[in-house]
Amino acid sequence: MTLGLINANPVVHAKKERVARTEDLHSDVDAAVDPLEIYDFVRDIRDPEHPYSLEQLSVLSEESITVDDKLGRILITFTPTIQHCSMATVIGLCLRVKLKQCFPPHYKVDIKVSPGSHADEESVNKQLNDKERVAAALENPNLRQLVDECLYSSEL
Amino acid sequence: MASTSELTQHLECYVDTARPPADQAASLNFITSLVNKDLLTIEVLVKEMRMYLTITDNVIRARGILLLAEVLTGLSSKPLDNATIHSLIGFFTDRLSDWRALRGALVGCLALLRRQANAGTVSASDAKVVALSYRENLPVQSLAQQDRKLCFELLECLLQRYPNEVASLGEDLFYAISEAVDGEKDPHCLILAFHIVEVLVQIFPDPSGPLASFCGDLFEFLGCYFPIHFTHLKDEDADVRRDDLSKALMSAFSSTALFEPFVIPLLLEKLSSSLPLAKVDSLKYINYCASRYGAERMAKHAETIWISIKRAISNSLEVPAKSFTSEPLLGLGFQENEIATEALILLQKVTMQNEALFLNLVVRDEDINNVFNSIASHESYTNIPLQGRQSLHAVGRILCIITKTSMASCNRVFESFFPCLMNTLEISMGNSSKDFTLNENSFSSKRFNFGALYLCVEFIAACRDLIMRTNEHAEKFGTADETCCYMLQSSAPTLITTLAKSSNDVVDDADIYFKVKGLQMLVTFPGYFLQTPTAMFENVLKTLMSIILVDFDKSLLWKLALKALVHIGSFVDMDHESEKAQIYISFVVEKTISLVSQDDFNVPFPLKLEAVSEIGASRPNHMLKIVQGLEDAIVANLSKIYVHGDLKSAEKTIQLFECYSNKIISWIDETGGLEEVLYRFVISIWNCVDRCKDSSNQVQDKGLLDATMMAMKLAVGSCSEESQNIIIQKAYGALSSGISIPFKDSMDDSSSVKLENLHLSEQLDKFSLRDEWILSLFASVIIAMRPRTHIANAKGILHLFMTALVKGCTPAAQALGSVINKFGTPSNEVATSTGCTLEEAMEIIFRSKLWNITEDGVLRGSGTSHSSKVGLTELCLGFSSNKLLQVHAITGLAWIGKGLLLIGHEQVKDVTKIILECLLADDRIGDSELRQGLLETSRELPSVMRSAADAFHILMSDSDVCLNRKFHAKIRPLYKQRFFSTVMPILHSLIVKSDSSLSRSMLFRASAHLISNAPLIVILSDAKKLMKVLLDGLSILSEDILDKDKLYSLLLVLSGILTDKCGEEAVLENAHILIDCLTRLIAYPHMMLVRETAIQCLLAMSELPRPRIFPLKTQVLQAIFKALDDPKRAVRQEAVRCLHAWTSIA
Repeated sequence: MTLGLINANPVVHAKKERVARTEDLHSDVDAAVDPLEIYDFVRDIRDPEHPYSLEQLSVLSEESITVDDKLGRILITFTPTIQHCSMATVIGLCLRVKLKQCFPPHYKVDIKVSPGSHADEESVNKQLNDKERVAAALENPNLRQLVDECLYSSEL
Repeated sequence: MASTSELTQHLECYVDTARPPADQAASLNFITSLVNKDLLTIEVLVKEMRMYLTITDNVIRARGILLLAEVLTGLSSKPLDNATIHSLIGFFTDRLSDWRALRGALVGCLALLRRQANAGTVSASDAKVVALSYRENLPVQSLAQQDRKLCFELLECLLQRYPNEVASLGEDLFYAISEAVDGEKDPHCLILAFHIVEVLVQIFPDPSGPLASFCGDLFEFLGCYFPIHFTHLKDEDADVRRDDLSKALMSAFSSTALFEPFVIPLLLEKLSSSLPLAKVDSLKYINYCASRYGAERMAKHAETIWISIKRAISNSLEVPAKSFTSEPLLGLGFQENEIATEALILLQKVTMQNEALFLNLVVRDEDINNVFNSIASHESYTNIPLQGRQSLHAVGRILCIITKTSMASCNRVFESFFPCLMNTLEISMGNSSKDFTLNENSFSSKRFNFGALYLCVEFIAACRDLIMRTNEHAEKFGTADETCCYMLQSSAPTLITTLAKSSNDVVDDADIYFKVKGLQMLVTFPGYFLQTPTAMFENVLKTLMSIILVDFDKSLLWKLALKALVHIGSFVDMDHESEKAQIYISFVVEKTISLVSQDDFNVPFPLKLEAVSEIGASRPNHMLKIVQGLEDAIVANLSKIYVHGDLKSAEKTIQLFECYSNKIISWIDETGGLEEVLYRFVISIWNCVDRCKDSSNQVQDKGLLDATMMAMKLAVGSCSEESQNIIIQKAYGALSSGISIPFKDSMDDSSSVKLENLHLSEQLDKFSLRDEWILSLFASVIIAMRPRTHIANAKGILHLFMTALVKGCTPAAQALGSVINKFGTPSNEVATSTGCTLEEAMEIIFRSKLWNITEDGVLRGSGTSHSSKVGLTELCLGFSSNKLLQVHAITGLAWIGKGLLLIGHEQVKDVTKIILECLLADDRIGDSELRQGLLETSRELPSVMRSAADAFHILMSDSDVCLNRKFHAKIRPLYKQRFFSTVMPILHSLIVKSDSSLSRSMLFRASAHLISNAPLIVILSDAKKLMKVLLDGLSILSEDILDKDKLYSLLLVLSGILTDKCGEEAVLENAHILIDCLTRLIAYPHMMLVRETAIQCLLAMSELPRPRIFPLKTQVLQAIFKALDDPKRAVRQEAVRCLHAWTSIA
């Protein structure tokens, strides 16, 4: 028996237009990390199942990211496409790896599924924010490859 | 007669396939030239070749026939008698059946058929035989590409040159052609095939002739190529592009009206496909074919075409990307792709062709009428759903295009839709003034209906477009009787009142945009068409001006209003509406001028200046007034500052000067013919200087001085020679009376020079701020003068500048440099007119000993017994104990040197030598003296050496303030390259020799200046040698915050080397130290651009060969990791990119 896709028919949304920042990139004022900056890093991560970005599948939005630059905390809340999506952990893992590459280690990154969007919400959250388990997951070569494919895919 | 053996040799050479192609070509040329020069007749040649032409060996026979054919190709203009041609064409025609040697036969036939008319051509009967043989013997589609192409060319040639003979073949011809072109795929051949169809159709113009029955077959061949789908790569077949093919097919499609029943349905069908390319092509083809097939034939398809166009436009609108900004928008700002654009073009075309028919279709169209019926619900822009906006936009664009097509269509659109819009806007079409005053009150409380407003403004704009286009023709006199004119006239007053009334309290960008646009359009109709009453015109101007005066915090509204005013201003005089022009001047121009001079007004000053300069640019006579106003304001402020010592207005004055320099002067330069104004401006500033000379106020404001000087330079630079002569005299007068240092005319003898020296030197320490001000302004005049302008008392002025230079007045040094640069003309006229030659000037600057110096190194005015005389050179070399003096002298020398360098004078060498000597000052003094405790010297020495190093920056860099083309400097081409290649080796050897760290670092600094200003191409050619110096320069420049700009420009050179192929070797060799240097620069705290560029450089380095950079990976990653935490977003983003690139090196 071949395993079917978990969500065979996701709703695909239009990519939002990239808003160019109104302020000059080279202005003299220091620019703190803001949600848009983080969103720009993660919006193009590919979904593990479909050749669409997380943005297109509405898994992420700019509003679902909060950041406190002073305390160095980033909180990302994402919404899996269906309640019992087993890919939620993979998506979370991708987000974590991507943020690790893009931000210095003193940022504390919390990744959660949005409340009520997943059947197994608590355990997913726990799994995603457990350092040991993340490290262990990334040592699994199959999982690692899946994550890398999502991060560097050019299929979109 | 050429020797037979030689001919045989060449024949053999060509026929032998083993010989190199170059030899064969040479042989062919030789033989052709023999025949051309009549050294060999065709008969003899053919006899000689007899064996090759008839041999049974296929290869040799093919080569032989080809040789004969090629020779004939080379003889296209050489007269040949008919008998020869007849027998030759007979031969080649016969050979067409010889498929093994076909190439030669085809080339031969072509060569003969294409012969020029005056050199003897193939007879008609022979041509017919060729055609018959072609039909019988050539299975075109089974040949190779090159041969197919020749076949098509032959066919094309026959059709074009011998149409009657070919036509007589009748049906046979059609069969031959269909057989030949069927299934062709090569682009070269296809272009020919399409053309063949086109020519064929012209041979049979009779619509009921044989062509009619074959049209279907022919089109079957053509139709399958539409739309051209071209998969060839770019470089391959670069000579045939998709465009060429598509054009060829298009002209084949449109070649005869007989194709119409086949073409239009096909195109319409493809238009409804989902392929964007097919849609665009269909629209283009229909457009082109419509004009060829004629109105009558197209009328059948009108309805389907209209529906397709409508669908194409409304389906191809993309989400609006543009917001309502000041640029002119199309409709509601939806992005229109190529499909929509083409559809609109087509709509205009077909409407022009079948006006009544299409107007009926459009006006009665259900979708359009639905939009108008529901328009009342579109109250405000933000409340309209996306779909509603789209249909509104589409309707607006469609009706606009129709309106613009012709007067009749304009009338029809207005008749059908305008009243409905006016109803929705609740504007009565009555003309009486009572009506609209009544309405006015009821409006103030009510919101405007946006949908109606948008369409109404678009209609008016389109109508105006149409009127403006027909402006030149005589027809304009009739336009006032048109319906649309009548309708506009009756509604305009109310419309203006309403628009003007409510433009203040709207908040929506879209509302603002269309209201201002509406006002602007309504008052810029030409007077013969729509005469807006003067009161209305005033009303509009008042409304817009009140926005300028009050609503400066709503930046969009403000900008739009200004744009509208400028547009109205540029239009108002077009028809000599002198009354309105007067109104404009008094309501707009004069009011904006008064803005500048008023202090109490609360419009921000930069906005005031923007308004002033924009409105001035609308017409020359407005500009004249504006310039006068600005000038008055500047002079008033200047005298406030310098006479009354009121420093508060300094900031404002700087802005005024900047506005004058940046906007006004460049506008005047572009427009031309207003130089007089600039001359007057300069004179009035000097008058102001004259007035200020008695005041005792000492004003020190570097910014103000710089701004004044810049405006002065630009204004003087744009003046003519005669004006400059007067300006210099005026300035000289002000200088000689205003400056506290006495100086006299020193035109003649040396005794007076001495006397003057004495005075000058005595006054050396008394150099007041006001002196500096006047002197700097005078120097500005000198800097900007033209080479032939006369300078009064040139020697005296040179002396004065020399004194000022030593006091640290840089403009004086720049003026000296400019003077020398412009004296460098070999024309004698200059020498006599200025009373001073280049030689004399050089004498004064370099060789005269102007100053006295005592034994203890103090500069003295009058010569005492223990003093010696010194000149500029000695001062530079440090004869005086005052090091500041030395620094000034070196900087001055550098500017003078730059003047010389630009004309390529050899004295530059001496200047360079002196500067280099200063660079090595501490080597010269030696350790012993330093150790002896000459503390003062050792502390000040670095500053001297540094200024010497920076002198190279002055010499090499392009300056904005002087010695550039704007200020009429003479610039020899490639001077930078030349200087770089002479000085760089010297610096290299000095660096190697130098043993003191201080002078080494200064030498690196000097080299860094040279490198960062030299053209990149020079650096690249020598990159290997320069790399180390460059890196050392980077680390030295990164020590001082003041050098950040220089550091950045040097880093840019490095990134140039990194990204160029030529620099790779140098980079590979120095990869290690390069990475060291770049990782240090990532943490450079003073300038973001440096950090960003350093990371970009590292990114570029990640593409080097892996074995070389892999060992450096850890070091780079560590450095970049820190940059992830950079305070600037741009740096962080760059760092993420770079980090990714380096981590993926594994």
